[in-house]
Amino acid sequence: MNAVLIIIATATLVTAVMAMAGKNLLHSVLLLACSWAGVAGFFLWAGAQFVAFAQILIYIGAISMVVLFAVLLTRRSRDEAMPATASRSRKPYAVIVGAAVAAVLLAVVADWPASPSAPPPPPETVRRIGVELMGAYAPALLVVGALLTVALVGAVVLASVDRPGGSEDTQ
Amino acid sequence: MTHLQLCLAFSSLLFAVGLTGALARSNSILVLLGLELMLNAANLNFIAFWRFGPPGGPATGVVFVLFSIAVAAAEAAVGLALIISIYRHQKNIRLPDARRLKG
Repeated sequence: MNAVLIIIATATLVTAVMAMAGKNLLHSVLLLACSWAGVAGFFLWAGAQFVAFAQILIYIGAISMVVLFAVLLTRRSRDEAMPATASRSRKPYAVIVGAAVAAVLLAVVADWPASPSAPPPPPETVRRIGVELMGAYAPALLVVGALLTVALVGAVVLASVDRPGGSEDTQ
Repeated sequence: MTHLQLCLAFSSLLFAVGLTGALARSNSILVLLGLELMLNAANLNFIAFWRFGPPGGPATGVVFVLFSIAVAAAEAAVGLALIISIYRHQKNIRLPDARRLKG
């Protein structure tokens, strides 16, 4: 059981690192889709099937496509030669900060009081999730719906061209 | 190491990777993707504690992750719309050039 987790974690982390370190933006987005698939695999491994499929549908299906469209819409040239001077001077500090955060988190995790053994998997069924969502979490569900509506309408407003005179941007 | 510790170490490393990417890159799309990685690491923690932590509600962790994914999707949509808007004004999406967002 541990070997499967280690394989999933290694694949996810390696693709995430490659995506964050890569030069080509399109490759980064596709590698991140692989990384999100690894996270979905972790959810499946942990017994949360519904969340795993939600992750696949939303992240790999929707968010990666939206990001790909944003990449293609904001692309300047084929070779994507970005001047990386500012980013190069900032990179060592970013790596130091990331390593420090990872060290602190891993130190806390290593000191975690060990639970005696893995408890039996909770009986997670879609029916139970639906009952919880419609019962105790119904107000939160409504708020999330309102949030998604407002956010998507706001995204359309932000990204739309609102120049009635017609400009060079509209085509 | 127990299962919970392995899961927490995994999510810590994923969070650190996302944080490093968000801090190091100057392309705003990659910064947004680093943020998404950090959110994913938080979701991993929710599921890990739900599965291996002290017993709580029957589906609490799953419901939390569902809400978190919804908020992350909203954030990605708004962030990419902002990036497209910035590109329309500045003709590139590098963060150091986007100091001025007015008009």
